[in-house]
Amino acid sequence: MNDANTLNGYLIAVALVLVTATATAAALTREPVRQAIVLGLLGLELAVLFTALQAPDVALSQLAVGGALTPLLIVLTVRKVRREAAERPDASGDGDPGAGSGPR
Amino acid sequence: MSRTARVGLFLAAAAVFAVVFTLACTGLPHFGAASHPYGTRAVAAALRHRTANVISSVNFDQRAFDTLGEESILFASVLGAVALLRPARDERESSPLPLRVPPSTRLIGAILLPLTLLTGVYIVAHGQLSPGGGFQGGVVLATGLHLAYVAADYRALRRVRPLVVLEVADAVAAGAFALLGLAGLIAGSGYLRNVLPLGTFNQLSSGGLVPVINAAVGLEVGSGLVVLLAGFLDQAVEIDTPPAAQDGDRA
Repeated sequence: MNDANTLNGYLIAVALVLVTATATAAALTREPVRQAIVLGLLGLELAVLFTALQAPDVALSQLAVGGALTPLLIVLTVRKVRREAAERPDASGDGDPGAGSGPR
Repeated sequence: MSRTARVGLFLAAAAVFAVVFTLACTGLPHFGAASHPYGTRAVAAALRHRTANVISSVNFDQRAFDTLGEESILFASVLGAVALLRPARDERESSPLPLRVPPSTRLIGAILLPLTLLTGVYIVAHGQLSPGGGFQGGVVLATGLHLAYVAADYRALRRVRPLVVLEVADAVAAGAFALLGLAGLIAGSGYLRNVLPLGTFNQLSSGGLVPVINAAVGLEVGSGLVVLLAGFLDQAVEIDTPPAAQDGDRA
C-alpha cells in the first residue's frame, strides 16, 4: 500500500514536469500544424496526470477533446487556409504554401 | 497607452494577483490530504440518491444547473461555428472524388468503426455507474464516426453522417435538458431537482433523473460535435472559393 502511494507520487511528479514542459513548448511553437501535434501530446500527458490524480472522468474528457478534437480542428483550418493560398499563386508574399511557412 | 505604461500596469496587476492567489491557496485543503470537506459531502449526497458515479451525481443532480449552463455554451458555440462556416454566396461545393484506399486500411476501419461506436454508447449508458458519461461518450461517438473518413474517404463519411438528423437531434437534446428540469417544478420541489424514482444502487436504471439527463447530454454532445466537425470538414474538403471572388476580397 505504501509502495503504491510512493509510486503514484513519482508518477504525478513526472506527469507534472512533462505537462509543464510540453505546455511551454506549445506556447513557443509558432507553426500551427506543429503546434497541433504538441497540443495533442499535451492532451495525452494531461490525461495521464488526471488518471494519476484519481480523476478518470476528467481524464476521459481530456483525452478525447485535447488529444483528438482540438488538433483536428487546427489541422482542418490550416488545410483550408493553405488550399486557398495554393489556388492563387499570383498573390504576393505567400505564393508557396508548401514551404512550411504557416499563416501567422 | 505607451509600452512602459502597459508593462507597468501588467506588473502591478500581476503582483496583486500573485499575493491574493497565494493567500487564497493557503486556505485550500493540502494536496493529497485525507480530508476533503466538499468531497465527503458530495459522496454522501450521491449515495443518498443511489448514484454510483459521484462525478455524474455532481454534474447531473447536485450541480445540474451548472451543467445546463455548460451545455448551453456548447450548443451556442456549435451554432455560431456552423453559421460562420456555412457556404457563402461566392463559394461553390465540389464533390470530392472517390479515393483508392488499401484494403487493409478499409478492413481495419470497418472493424474499428462499430467497436468505437459501441464503446461510445457504453460510456454514455454507464455514466451513472462508472467513469465517463454523456460528455465523454458523446465525444467518443463523434470522433469515432470520423473513422469512416480516415479509413475510407469523404463520400463514405457522408453516408454514415445524416447531418440534417444530427442537427435536429442536437437542438432537441439541448432543449430536453432544459425541459427535464421542469419535472422538479411539476413535482413541487424545484428546477432540476432529482424527483424520479431512484432505483437500486449500482443498477443501470439507478440515480433517478441522472441517467436521463446524461443520455440527453450524450446525444447533444455527440451530434453537436459531428455537426461542428462537418462545418470544418466541408470547408477544408468540399467548398471552393472561386478565383474571381478572391480578387474581389483582396480589392
